[in-house]
Amino acid sequence: MKRKDFLQLSALGVGAAMIPKWALAGNPIDPLVALQERMDVGMKKQLADVALNTAKSKGASYADVRIGRYLNQFVATREKQVQGVANAESFGVGIRVIANGAWGFAASNNVTKEEMVRTAERAVAVAKANAKLLTEPVRLAPQKGFGEVSWKTPIEQNAFAVPVKDKVDLLLKVNDIAMQAGANFVNSVIFAVNEQKYFASTDGSYIDQDIHRLNPSFGVTKIDRSSGKFETRSSFSSPVGMGYEYLIPSAAEKVNGIVTRYKNRYDMLEDIKNAAADVDQKLKAKSVEPGKYDLLLDPSHLWLTIHESVAHPTELDRVLGYEANYAGTSFLTLDKWKSGNFHFGSKHVNVVADRHQYGSLGSIGYDDEGVPAKEWDLIKDGVLVNYQAIRDQAHIIGLKESQGCCYAQSWADVQFQRMPNVSLRPGKDKLSVDDMIKNIEKGIYIMGNGSFSIDQQRYNFQFGGQTFYEIKNGQIVGMMKDVAYQANNQEFWNSCNAIADSRDYRLGGAFSDGKGQPTQLNAVSHGCSTTQFKGINVINTARKIG
Amino acid sequence: MAILTREDAKALLEKVLKYSKADECEVGLNGSESGNIRYARNAVSTAGDISTLGLSVTSYFGKRSGTATINEFDDASLEKVVKRSEELAQLSPENPEYLPLMGPPATPFKESPGFIPATAAMTSDQRADFVGKSLGVTKAAKLEAAGYIENTAGFGSYLNSKGLFGYTKSTDVIFSVTARNAEGTGSGYAARGFNDVRKLDTLSATKIAATKANGSVDARAIEPGKYTVILEPVAGVYMLENMFRFDARSADEGRSFLSKPGGGNRLGEKLMDEKVTIYSDPFNADLPGNTWTRDAQHLEKTNWIEKGVIKNLSYSRFWAQKKGVEPVAGPPNIIMEGGNTSLEEMIRTTERGILVSRLWYIRMVDPQTLLLTGLTRDGTFYIENGQIKFPIKNMRFNESPVIMLNNIEALGKPERSISVESYRSYLVPPMKIRDFTFTSLSDAV
Repeated sequence: MKRKDFLQLSALGVGAAMIPKWALAGNPIDPLVALQERMDVGMKKQLADVALNTAKSKGASYADVRIGRYLNQFVATREKQVQGVANAESFGVGIRVIANGAWGFAASNNVTKEEMVRTAERAVAVAKANAKLLTEPVRLAPQKGFGEVSWKTPIEQNAFAVPVKDKVDLLLKVNDIAMQAGANFVNSVIFAVNEQKYFASTDGSYIDQDIHRLNPSFGVTKIDRSSGKFETRSSFSSPVGMGYEYLIPSAAEKVNGIVTRYKNRYDMLEDIKNAAADVDQKLKAKSVEPGKYDLLLDPSHLWLTIHESVAHPTELDRVLGYEANYAGTSFLTLDKWKSGNFHFGSKHVNVVADRHQYGSLGSIGYDDEGVPAKEWDLIKDGVLVNYQAIRDQAHIIGLKESQGCCYAQSWADVQFQRMPNVSLRPGKDKLSVDDMIKNIEKGIYIMGNGSFSIDQQRYNFQFGGQTFYEIKNGQIVGMMKDVAYQANNQEFWNSCNAIADSRDYRLGGAFSDGKGQPTQLNAVSHGCSTTQFKGINVINTARKIG
Repeated sequence: MAILTREDAKALLEKVLKYSKADECEVGLNGSESGNIRYARNAVSTAGDISTLGLSVTSYFGKRSGTATINEFDDASLEKVVKRSEELAQLSPENPEYLPLMGPPATPFKESPGFIPATAAMTSDQRADFVGKSLGVTKAAKLEAAGYIENTAGFGSYLNSKGLFGYTKSTDVIFSVTARNAEGTGSGYAARGFNDVRKLDTLSATKIAATKANGSVDARAIEPGKYTVILEPVAGVYMLENMFRFDARSADEGRSFLSKPGGGNRLGEKLMDEKVTIYSDPFNADLPGNTWTRDAQHLEKTNWIEKGVIKNLSYSRFWAQKKGVEPVAGPPNIIMEGGNTSLEEMIRTTERGILVSRLWYIRMVDPQTLLLTGLTRDGTFYIENGQIKFPIKNMRFNESPVIMLNNIEALGKPERSISVESYRSYLVPPMKIRDFTFTSLSDAV
């Protein structure tokens, strides 16, 4: 948006406070469009050059600058009321340098030429202090500069341009449906993110990006007062790298079955109806008998298992020990990769990393150190074949260039290795979920993500879910509860014996995946089709207190 | 400089309020200066020096409200953020739970003792020196270290259109280190957190991590099941952190471990062993906390659990009014009383048990019973006949802190300890607990 447009919209905004409440509701342009005010790209380039030149003159051998404006909008409701409507805006600059062979970083919320100089100087000073403890200088994989380029999430409708009233109306309607269906409590939220990021480096790149994410969700609760028990069900939506179009239902994007699930368009009003009915069933469901079951895992559930058990252990920084003090290391050590013969999973298991799937949270044009979006295999026919790397790690696994996995959650944080989208490829042969159910004698069909926990090297995990259907002799016979499964990671993926074909493929995702010290959040998607695992240990989680 | 004085913060907040055209307006201003250094594989990996200042404005028109935040402070930006909050308020429906903002309290807020200038003045060179000391230990012990130091000086201030003003500033320094052997068969951990950096000793903390790393090599597998455990404070606090939400509303609504079957909450009920007393006190010298709230409340020492009985629950102003009670603010910090049993004595009196150095990846399995799952990490040892016999492989547990606090055998002296997930500091004792439930083995080191 140009500066002139912004001034006009601001004027509208001023007027908005003076006119009667809700009079703006029908206006196609919400005054909050003003949030899209952007600093002119030419100005950003000038400021970035000041920082890059300062860093070089102070002795930096490499420098990058990220000028970022980060916008969040949050609309939260419960039952009949709006709990909060908030817009957050954060603008600033982060400068990263290599000096005397060591990294240094400094950030400031004051984006002026003078502050660019000071911040670049601070970054160089930090690098020089760190260089005293250096054992090996940083080796940065080469990256050609792209000159002045730009990239934008392919959205159809900017969520920040949709009137707040529309969002509130949708959420209160969701809540009303739940309450009509006998819910005791319901919370619903729409969370929109826009990262306006400008990256420049001494490699000669000046990259302007406009990245959009949306996360609509709800949770519904019913209480059985007599027993004091309650059950909940959360939405089967996914956080997405899309605009508000995700919330416009489309029959073509629905996956029908025992309950409706969703691909690239979400029907929140339908899902809440189904959720309220699910909670009724959960309250009456039988408690699971612990033991071995075949698991049929829906993408609304399996994305999280992929995230924890495949995506995290293939992060190269974990493998190398950089995360040893917090997130942990990885059982997928370099010797296993070098052997070329480490069977992470069965032959059905093919896992791919990418930064460009439509609608995904990890979709970008360039990462936060100027590397373009790519795609590569992590697990091929069950065998570990690659990791996720950034520029200063590429040489360790013999790569000539980075895979583009560098990300910082804001201008104030230093960028480091974060996971791209990591997805399980669908089955190659035609196979429907109904066909899979027919082949299961004793199983549990799990939807939605629940409790999750995994050790610091990613060997042992435990996952819950939202809803659990018992499968007996090829048929779904009813709902179960108190279900969690525990497994050894490698054994689990080697027990994978069927994957539905691409017709069932969907993305799930984590809107706020934490890693690093200080902790930073990353948003990432994981795609898969419904997948079957044979003979997995299921425990019963029911307990009694008081 | 992002740490504004009380006077400068108030002047800026007053300036922002002058732009307000709403019925009521409240403004918060927070800032911090922080520095961090991270090391791994015996060398520095990342380091940073970060300065932030943020402004949050909430405007009210009748029962409608909207919030906007910004981190730019020129006059145009200040006016913009106020207007934006007003626009959002105009677009929002009425909140039936709205209550008018509070004016100043009858007596002024007390100052928190949490700001230590030496911590605020830390430099990148000092942080590198702390790391150097830690690396000296691990290099001498032929181990690899990964660790982190972060120091923060921060302030928070608040002003509303009824004239209620609050200001607080504090400092914090945290340090954690993991030492591992080159083969990846041994791992040890230590963590420290203080308001005052002069208390930080990275050398002695790293020695503990190194001792555990070497001591945990050649771990043996034992059968999962119920065991007596001795939880060191850094392990215990991570478990208990999941319980420190003493909220009346969720309990009354029937969706918390503090809900009473049939309705209401468990206030006044004995839910744990009588050795359990948990309170908050912002004036505790070892764990200072904030002393005031935006609802004009003075925060003073409050018992949440006293001798196993639920003594207080927090009530928001809205919920207090609905229930006809006085509002009670949530805890600004958490302190658990201890006992006189040393860690050595706990081990000496254990016939068969497990010493747990650290827990990891704890997640809620069932909020009704507070059933949690997670794993041991970085030094787990089998105890038999009063002695540590050998290191054991890590295990997954499924256990509720409520059940755990009914099974207390002994408590030690409370120590300031940080949660390895939230990095919040607490004062908790080492605990000896019987019948702690482990459900599976893990190969992780």
